Amino acid sequence: MVDVTPGAIDGIPPAEVPEMDLYHPHSWWTKYVFSQDAKVIAIQYSGTAIAIGMVALVLSWLMRLQLGFPGTFDFITPEAYYQFITMHGMIMVVYLLTALFLGGFGNYLIPLMVGARDMVFPYANMLSYWIYLLAVLVLVASFFAPGGPTGAGWTLYPPQAIMSGTPGGQQSGIILMLVSLILFVIGFTMGGLNYVVTVLQARTRGMTLMRLPLTVWGIFTATVMALLAFPALLVACIMMLFDRLLGTSFFMPAVVELGQQLQTNGGSPILFQHLFWFFGHPEVYIVALPAFGIVSDLISTHARKNIFGYRMMVWAIVGIGALSFIVWAHHMYVSGMDPYFGFFFATTTLIIAVPTAIKVYNWVLTLWRGDIHLTIPMLFALAFIVTFVNGGLTGLFLGNVVVDVPLSDTMFVVAHFHMVMGVAPITVIFGAIYHWYPKITGRMLNQALGQFHFWMTFVGAYLIFFPMHYVGLMGVPRRYSELGDMALMTESAHQLNAFISIMAFIVGFAQLVFLFNLIWSIRHGKEAGPNPWRATTLEWQTEHTPPQHGNFGKQLPIVYRWAYDYSVPGAKEDFIAQNDPGEYGSPGGHA
Amino acid sequence: MAIALVLVLVVAGSILFHLYSPWWWTPIASNWGYIDQTLIVTFWITGAVFAAVVLFMAYCVFRFRHKDGQRADYEPENRKLETWLTVITAIGVAAMLVPGLFVWNQFVQVPDDATEVEVVGQQWQWSFRLPGADGKLGKSETRLVSADNPLGLIPDDPNGQDDVVVEAADLHLPVGKPVKMLLRSIDVLHDFYVPEFRAKMDMIPGSVTYFWFTPTRTGTFQVLCAELCGQGHAYMRGGVMVDTEEDYVAWLGEQQTFAQLTAPEQTSLAD
Repeated sequence: MVDVTPGAIDGIPPAEVPEMDLYHPHSWWTKYVFSQDAKVIAIQYSGTAIAIGMVALVLSWLMRLQLGFPGTFDFITPEAYYQFITMHGMIMVVYLLTALFLGGFGNYLIPLMVGARDMVFPYANMLSYWIYLLAVLVLVASFFAPGGPTGAGWTLYPPQAIMSGTPGGQQSGIILMLVSLILFVIGFTMGGLNYVVTVLQARTRGMTLMRLPLTVWGIFTATVMALLAFPALLVACIMMLFDRLLGTSFFMPAVVELGQQLQTNGGSPILFQHLFWFFGHPEVYIVALPAFGIVSDLISTHARKNIFGYRMMVWAIVGIGALSFIVWAHHMYVSGMDPYFGFFFATTTLIIAVPTAIKVYNWVLTLWRGDIHLTIPMLFALAFIVTFVNGGLTGLFLGNVVVDVPLSDTMFVVAHFHMVMGVAPITVIFGAIYHWYPKITGRMLNQALGQFHFWMTFVGAYLIFFPMHYVGLMGVPRRYSELGDMALMTESAHQLNAFISIMAFIVGFAQLVFLFNLIWSIRHGKEAGPNPWRATTLEWQTEHTPPQHGNFGKQLPIVYRWAYDYSVPGAKEDFIAQNDPGEYGSPGGHA
Repeated sequence: MAIALVLVLVVAGSILFHLYSPWWWTPIASNWGYIDQTLIVTFWITGAVFAAVVLFMAYCVFRFRHKDGQRADYEPENRKLETWLTVITAIGVAAMLVPGLFVWNQFVQVPDDATEVEVVGQQWQWSFRLPGADGKLGKSETRLVSADNPLGLIPDDPNGQDDVVVEAADLHLPVGKPVKMLLRSIDVLHDFYVPEFRAKMDMIPGSVTYFWFTPTRTGTFQVLCAELCGQGHAYMRGGVMVDTEEDYVAWLGEQQTFAQLTAPEQTSLAD
């Protein structure tokens, strides 16, 4: 690691690459619609992701109507219920979380935080968004297709995904789903290559890898993982599409479909599960790592204290990213694969808990002897730690193969993954939006609405998902459109389900308040100024707020220090910007 | 400030909920009490960690909240503390993993004296097959499944002739005898799941999967499907009755073998 000490400015090498030429827009269309500016693309990605996320929110309400008040709503047939859960899951995991963290935050923050004018391939970056939009439109089209969207569950397990007993299986639902996913992977790859190359090649002078803010480390590592994991999903989708349309048997053994022998033979349903989870488990961390990175920066900034153990945090991110490729079959302990795999995958899965725990310790140790400003981003960061620790710990139940046996496929699993990869990353998204909105729009989000949004979301979501674990512990299976006459369901469990549903409606309503705040504050929010949180990282040091095309002024900033010089002893202010050559602080990133 | 209080309430509420919740697992009816015990150990370890982390946070938020003139400490790293925390975490993880793997080792090794019982799943019902007097199950093939041969048994396999076929009805098992459940599906994935037995396993068309257990008390238990299998998934119910040896033998005597089921057809062919 090359340290650049303050005062020794001569030591910074001249820029090796001449400044990149940016394509400056000539019309309204190229400025706001077919824009090549990563910041505009970021807003397009985020807007689309939030819009489709609202669809997923409504679907979750419909599911909870059915589970909380069974038999009350005639329009929620079993077919419709399975379509709701499938689309809710797929939208949230892929089209909302992945797109928002990488396409949204990645695009906005990477160039600004590493001190680049833009992504290195702006045209491909623009295409990435438009292909993503196409993927979303194909997905939405399946709601209007004959037979409706697929109801195969977001895991799309064959053979049922392409058979007639499943909604959309023998109609167009599953085809549109697979085509949409294929488009998503293509679009994502264009963006993903951009993020990786920009971080590796376009950092400004003095910005060594070990001076990157953890936000960039999180998004960068997640993108590398996504580039390695999504191809597995792509081939699985293509093969299943062939099985469905061309009559191949990649995943189809000889089967009987409602009394009729099908002509399929010799395929392996388990093969699909391996491919799916080879993508699907890294996917969990593709969502989690950007959240880890962002929340580190939120905690550090709002506690006015350097992130504790920066180097350990970087290695934990990289280590988790690497380990997450050898744990996938913990989703398949009871899938019927060779049970001896269980020994290996339980061990790797529990090992991954160690670097994850280190990250949690370092977050809370950053709070220790801090100067904690209880701003809304900080509140959401605290909510993240609570929900992530809770969801991470229940992961130790499900990762420990024999404990998973009674719990797998029950509501316990639903509660676990909603806590750990639903609520936890989404609280980070909220915190991040409250944190960076002033840079994006130049105005603060409304405080009072923000407080309301925070309390409803945090307390409400905890009250939804904490009790849900116990419904699963009773043995109630997930993906049941009707719990009614099950022997193990008690009257009180039905009441608990109704309570969970009511909380879900309340939490959902709070999100509408948040949306209103997002729109209202664009015009009516308090003026923010360039650096309202008094933060160190480069995006707060831009000449203009919001930053213009090209991000920085005539000169790119030169970086003299790590991203965490908060409350440096002797320094006048309680933060020193990364591009401040001043004498105090701890350049190079550690004492 | 409110947040510090709420964090304490989250911990207190979660623990009280756990202790007083009426929602708890169904009374066990198999030998897999070890699974329940490992689960309890995991509850205690993870519960302690959760309480410690969140209470520590609550304390920090209370103690180090911003006041005028306050300044944070500057402490980038603390090698010793980080090492200690890593070691303690690794020990805690091992304390859950090691007993878990020991129990898993029992789970994957079927005792030699286990009787084989076949479960066949199809949209959306359960059928069962017992090996009959010779103690062997005959071979089967999905291609042979038809209205007359619902489980797809190979007609010329001598081992299959005395197999007891229980189509779309309850399975009976004798109490206290280990059974190896051989799981088969003729259409999509299913999962044979009896909450009281704790064990479960997916059924995959084209393969035979298995798990084993010993029923430890008599009674009637509901069979649920635990792997999404299409629109009838939630209605795919079955029953297992764990009988005393006497009752079991009586029930077995009333069942029909494969040969008996196919006999009328063969007679008519002979004519």
